Amino acid sequence: MQDAANLSQYRKQLREALNNEFQREALDKFAVAYRTSRANAFAGIDAPELISEIAAAKDAAVDHLMELYEEFKRHAEAAGTKVHLAATAHEANEIIASIAKENGVKTIVKSKSMTAEETHLNDHLEGQGLDVTETDLGEWIIQLRHEGPTHMVMPAIHLSRYQVADLFTEVTHKQQDVDIQKLVKVARRELRPKFCQADMGISGANFAIAATGSIGIITNEGNARLTTTLPRVHVAIAGIDKLVPTLHDALRIIKCLPKNATGQNLTSYVTWITGAAPCATGPDGKKVHHIVFLDNGRLAMARDPLFKQALRCIRCGACANVCPIYRLVGGHKYGHVYIGAIGLVATYFFHGRDKARNLVQNCLNCGACKAVCAAGIDLPTMIKEVHARIQDEEGHPLYSSAAGMVLKNRTLFHTMLKSARLLQKPVAGGGYLRHLPMFLFKDHDFRALPAIADEAFRDRWEKIRPRVAKADIKVALFSGCVQDFVYPEQMEAAVAVIASKPGVAMEYPMGQSCCGLPLMMMGEKKAGQELAAHNMNAIDATGFDYIVTLCASCASYLKHGYKRLFADDPAMAYKAAQFSQRVMDFSSFVHDVLGMGEESFSGPAKDVTYHAPCHLCRGLGVTEAPRQLLRDAGLNYLPAAEEDVCCGFGGTFSVKFPELSKELLHKKIANLKATGATAMATDCPGCIMQIRGGFEHDGTAFEVRHVAEYLAARLKRG
Amino acid sequence: MSTPPALVDRLKEKAGLVSAVVNTVASMDEALAYVADVCANKEVCQILASGCDAPLSDTAEALCGTKQQKIICAPDLPEEEVAKLAALCQEGGIAVITKGMRQRLGGIDIAVTMAAAGIAETGTVVVRSTDEEVRLATMVAETHIALLPESAIVADSYDFEPTLVSWMEQPSYTAFITGPSRTADIERVLALGVHGPLEMHILILEGK
Repeated sequence: MQDAANLSQYRKQLREALNNEFQREALDKFAVAYRTSRANAFAGIDAPELISEIAAAKDAAVDHLMELYEEFKRHAEAAGTKVHLAATAHEANEIIASIAKENGVKTIVKSKSMTAEETHLNDHLEGQGLDVTETDLGEWIIQLRHEGPTHMVMPAIHLSRYQVADLFTEVTHKQQDVDIQKLVKVARRELRPKFCQADMGISGANFAIAATGSIGIITNEGNARLTTTLPRVHVAIAGIDKLVPTLHDALRIIKCLPKNATGQNLTSYVTWITGAAPCATGPDGKKVHHIVFLDNGRLAMARDPLFKQALRCIRCGACANVCPIYRLVGGHKYGHVYIGAIGLVATYFFHGRDKARNLVQNCLNCGACKAVCAAGIDLPTMIKEVHARIQDEEGHPLYSSAAGMVLKNRTLFHTMLKSARLLQKPVAGGGYLRHLPMFLFKDHDFRALPAIADEAFRDRWEKIRPRVAKADIKVALFSGCVQDFVYPEQMEAAVAVIASKPGVAMEYPMGQSCCGLPLMMMGEKKAGQELAAHNMNAIDATGFDYIVTLCASCASYLKHGYKRLFADDPAMAYKAAQFSQRVMDFSSFVHDVLGMGEESFSGPAKDVTYHAPCHLCRGLGVTEAPRQLLRDAGLNYLPAAEEDVCCGFGGTFSVKFPELSKELLHKKIANLKATGATAMATDCPGCIMQIRGGFEHDGTAFEVRHVAEYLAARLKRG
Repeated sequence: MSTPPALVDRLKEKAGLVSAVVNTVASMDEALAYVADVCANKEVCQILASGCDAPLSDTAEALCGTKQQKIICAPDLPEEEVAKLAALCQEGGIAVITKGMRQRLGGIDIAVTMAAAGIAETGTVVVRSTDEEVRLATMVAETHIALLPESAIVADSYDFEPTLVSWMEQPSYTAFITGPSRTADIERVLALGVHGPLEMHILILEGK
């Protein structure tokens, strides 16, 4: 459970988590295994189609939660279930405690419920003198350890068999073997008497079906079946967002949930319960049956045009499975109660700003969560929005508003960059900043930082611009800050490649500035809007067929981010759409539009590996063009392991969380080296800065270049 | 209308992938003989192998005392089939019961139940378990054997939806069961039989 008081305390906790070797190894193994098992589970299934169906159905349900609640209540009560709606976590706990009291309950067994974790139900019930036992194996283990889950589906993934054996030794007062199969049997036997003795069973619910007033529960262990069968009282607790109109909606989600959660086709058990089913020990031979729906901020979310999307979540946990940060630090540090990307968003709404403030900053914006989400939730955008909202509520930190001030003023920003070039003279050498006073850059000494180039691309443009007599295609070049001021040679390479095709007229509109992504990353939404408007004025999109950029992050942000920024302003939204539809990344433009192939290039064979930038492969869905271009240019492309996992740059992320950035960079470098190549291509100057800086710091000779540079060097001179 | 063989094969394949044992039998008699045979060849209280000899607390240990002989529970089989099964089991000293599961929560050897449907896509059997005895037997037994009429096999869950909806319109309890009870909560290592059956068998009743 993440509850650091401030960012520096949070960073300290993150560093501690990084030292947890068992957890690191367990999560690494899982992340790698999950990729394959998920792919296998979805083999032969149109996953994107299924996901978009789930998203549409959940959106429709979220728009009518109160109607669905009334319908559910009518049917469930006709079948003998008492239905409650709790406004807050405390109210839900009180309702359940009073049901226990009314029914003379002393002991309780529970099956897994994230909603009960959210309300801290066990603490409340134990405070009333009730004996509560979790019966899901993982939940029981963490209950015995007095800690929260570290994964929504695998709550004890952070623990080793040795730790479990020690724990069970304590519980049984008998020495336990370190043998997983035996430990599972011990749990079976230890928990069975708890089921037999319990007066009340508490379960969660994966679905609440309005049409029949039924609930659906999915489990593997079968503990939910015992929990809902043996005790005379059954209380199910569920977020009100678990309401769906019909059984069909639930069956559709089931087709996706276990596959997305763990790569399992279907869980061992799916349990469907309507009303008060027969129960030998209940009054009149029937179960005392209650369902408690929890609001706790959900109904407000459902009315929020932006955040209602988060209520699509089906709690599969996949966003944690693929998150590079979760993989490093685990669930106790990457969530409060809810874990992973959805946890960062949910924490703000369910547990408040205090618990969310530090967490929401810990996002690379790599988009891995969005790409895997079972309900197509745009998680990275929502995390940034929560961050922006917290800053608007609490006031912006000085560095953040200052950045906003500077970046939205192009003249000031560019003057500062040029002054930096002069100031760096004493420390610059060979293209890197050396001899930096490192006390100013504590924790950042894991990569060499590049120097500002002697001449920015914008100052070279007039000298190098190709003159085209007859223009068939008009292109505006968008350089982004890094290629303009740090790596202008990448832009020059791109110009050479594009100019090799006749009839392409290029312009470099001088008014362009930073794309604005860094402001979004810092939660400076308003300054970001001003900057976007500035760029759309500087580049009159209607005068061009394409706006081409070599920076994957700029490309993805210009293409998708601008439209989102102006969602509430129809005139600007139209302008943003005009702009966005013309934006294209360099590799796609060269491969798909110019149609350049092997006939355009020549050069000796050479091994080269590739790093897929997050914002290219997921942000823009571009995967083939750059790889094909490398092959066409006569390079022997050697795929690297986890090629599409973030390099750890994340723009301002690497400044805020250098310890995490460093670990991700080390993994990336190890994977690149393992290919046997000594050269790497990519499509993003940010990734180049990070990876090149890592190799440089390492002292490893490894060529790191933009795809454009490889192509330019291999152009057939005609 | 006969069930397409491809559907039956798919159910067998998918159920096999989740560690269920699937066999086809020609008649109910053959199914009962199979059940009696599995029980006769089974160790008394399979958990002995990995549970009863494990160091347990006194309360958990005491559960062993509740079970003195091999027991099969057949809570929803037609009376005449139960009688036939009892006859088959008599010689081996196996008790065949149809109710009283709350007195046997320590464990029984086999639960044999009907399956209302089979879902080929996932290798699932649908067990109508509104009757508490069915619910408990299929959870407490170490081996669950489900008898699935061939004609009740459907391609996927949507095909079974209308029937399930009709059941759900009144107080009811239905289970989709896909393989034995399982967990991977310790180091993601698969372990079968955490709370429910250690083994799951599906007997497809040919031509039924």
